[in-house]
Amino acid sequence: MFHREAGIFKTTYAADMALYPLPIAKWTVAVLALLFVVIVPLVLAEYYLSILNLIFIAIVGALGLNILVGYTGQISLGHGAFMSVGAYTAANLAVRLGLPFWLTLPAGGLMAAFIGVLVGIPSLRIKGLYLAIATLAGQLIIEWTINHVPAISGGAQASIQVPRPDLFGLILNTQSRLYFFLLFFVVLAIVATLNLMRSRIGRAFIAVRDQDIAAEIIGINIYRYKLLSFAISSFYAGVCGVLYTYYFGIANYEQFQLIVSIDYLAMIIIGGLGSVLGSIFGAIFVTLLPIVLRLLLENVGSLVFSDSELANVISGTRLAVFGALIIFFLIVEPEGLNRLWRNVRNYFRVWPFSY
Amino acid sequence: MLRSVRSWLGIAAAFGTLSFGMGGAFAQQKQVVFGLQCDRTGPTATVGTALCPGYHDYIDLVNSKGGVEGYKIKVIEVDNEYKVPPAMEAHERFKKEGALIDGLYGTPQTQALTKKLEEDKMPGTSPGFGTASAADGKRFPYLFPIAASYWSQAGAAIEFAKEKLGTLKGKKIAYLFYDNPAGKEPLPIFEDLSKSEGFELRTFAVPAPGVEMGAQVLDITSRYRPDFVVTHLFGRAPSVSIKELKGKGFPLSKVVAFVWGSAEADILAAGGYALAEGYNTLQFAGVGKDFPVLKDIVAMYKAEGKAPPKEMDSTVYYNRGVMVAAIHVEALRNAIKAKGGAMPTPDDVRKGMEQIKGFTLGGLVPPLTITPTDHEGGGWCEVWTVKGGKLVKTKDWYQGFRQVIEKQIAADAKS
Repeated sequence: MFHREAGIFKTTYAADMALYPLPIAKWTVAVLALLFVVIVPLVLAEYYLSILNLIFIAIVGALGLNILVGYTGQISLGHGAFMSVGAYTAANLAVRLGLPFWLTLPAGGLMAAFIGVLVGIPSLRIKGLYLAIATLAGQLIIEWTINHVPAISGGAQASIQVPRPDLFGLILNTQSRLYFFLLFFVVLAIVATLNLMRSRIGRAFIAVRDQDIAAEIIGINIYRYKLLSFAISSFYAGVCGVLYTYYFGIANYEQFQLIVSIDYLAMIIIGGLGSVLGSIFGAIFVTLLPIVLRLLLENVGSLVFSDSELANVISGTRLAVFGALIIFFLIVEPEGLNRLWRNVRNYFRVWPFSY
Repeated sequence: MLRSVRSWLGIAAAFGTLSFGMGGAFAQQKQVVFGLQCDRTGPTATVGTALCPGYHDYIDLVNSKGGVEGYKIKVIEVDNEYKVPPAMEAHERFKKEGALIDGLYGTPQTQALTKKLEEDKMPGTSPGFGTASAADGKRFPYLFPIAASYWSQAGAAIEFAKEKLGTLKGKKIAYLFYDNPAGKEPLPIFEDLSKSEGFELRTFAVPAPGVEMGAQVLDITSRYRPDFVVTHLFGRAPSVSIKELKGKGFPLSKVVAFVWGSAEADILAAGGYALAEGYNTLQFAGVGKDFPVLKDIVAMYKAEGKAPPKEMDSTVYYNRGVMVAAIHVEALRNAIKAKGGAMPTPDDVRKGMEQIKGFTLGGLVPPLTITPTDHEGGGWCEVWTVKGGKLVKTKDWYQGFRQVIEKQIAADAKS
């Protein structure tokens, strides 16, 4: 990521596909690991860890959606609902059967994967906007079902209180403990996605995205791979929902409504479709930008406005600036923050001899 | 592209220095911090943009009179856009800034933070949000609904209908509600009361976003023909319900709306006061400008040489903001007094909250009695009716069927 080589030395396909293009990359990963496992939790206060925690959960969801939208070229407006499927599955298992998180978490993911495949069936016949509407229907049907079936929702309030995750007797109830809990899963999700995309399945996804008829001709069973993509993507969404459930201590479908599906789509479009790093950038951008803008406006604005006026000014300005920045970034680099990052990197790769 | 990278780095560096350079400019003696969450840009912005200024204005008023027992209050407001993750960030921010209380905003947000409040031992208020069972202070020690819950509103609505109709025996009541958890929450109270009071109940659900309810209203007015209609709607839906019921010829004097369908904005959106004549609304804070505290706020603005804010005209929501602020301040006052003038902790403010009694702010706040077991303070409501171009009080603070609601709270605690 931060390293550079002095030329192109890749002579085999294996070298091209390697996770670590250069030996120094291993060191980069080691430094990142040291940073996030040791330094960050020691240095940062609870508040900043809580922001990181929210980013981590968003990364898992964004990665999942990117597998479907960015890598396979299908679209889904139902990811918020898939998250709620995971959330309620885990909550019911945790409360009714008293299962620990390491069982409820995969169970939530698998249930979401199953529902995701069902919602994804229309993708076999339709594409683009039509598929968007079909998955939108999936979102609304799932919301309605949870709202109206007390067996799933646990009563009229449609919310189930979940005990904090328990790891060998250690209750994960503070932001710093939850930080490690979430860090583990986000690393797992990132590594899994990186490897998935190097595998036969990942290549098939990309082939389906780029030209599905051509993909079929070269022997890819597009039905199977489209549904597989929905399944894997929804699995991530389900896990993301379970993580939210454990993080907040409650499963509540009102926190997974259509707007959430759209937020996640925004993340991967801003970050960069079809890239793991892009999903991470997008999740960071969408989560962090409102917070940073608010901090900036609070400090700058307090020189001009009184406290009570300021609140209104901040909200309005933040919304406008957030929208303008998204447009700005997408005009500067339509392929998202990931591409922007690569441009910066390529610039420094030959710096200061750019000609 | 390559050239722009260079200017990019410049911009990034400039922003970086700006954000680090400012800030940390607020250290003052004898200051306490209150956290307030709000929604000024999300789906409930119409409420937040009038409610939160009310909160700020009351705190400013208290500060301008020297603060609470010598302590000035600083409010940190975070706009959570009615989303859950920003609500968590807001709570952590309040904690970091040493806030004594978390003014919650939004039902899913309240749900998501209930556990966190308990773990952090910080009191949170959720007026008109969250679950009705949160009134139970033993189950939810750090959550304070402080205003009438949907269960209490259901009791109050039926009590009002009973008063209007004389008796409820053999009468028909229609319940028109938004099809979400909040809309369904009062159903057990209605069912319980329909048995004990002998009226017939039928429910009519309006699906989100609640702007299309022609079929339900037609069903109510021409097929079911109830003696009374109770509505529980949000956002644009209340104004649509007024228009539809009026259009189908149902007398609005036989309609009572829950607290989120009861603002001036709803009446204006429905087509004005003349059209909505007779429409009854439940309120958990006083309505109108005829309160000493509001006159003080206007005087405060005058003294600063400013015009009072236009949000004051939206008295239903603005006054609710004033009420929430006033209760926060009273809890703080109790906490400081209990500590003999020392700086209170959030847990002290919780105890202060549980001592609030007989504090009415000239009628703007209901005669709440918050106790360690009852965090709702009694579930008081007022009824205000559209009459001659304005909202007029038709029923003073009352508790509808309190024992039924208490029974329900106790039953919910067992389940």
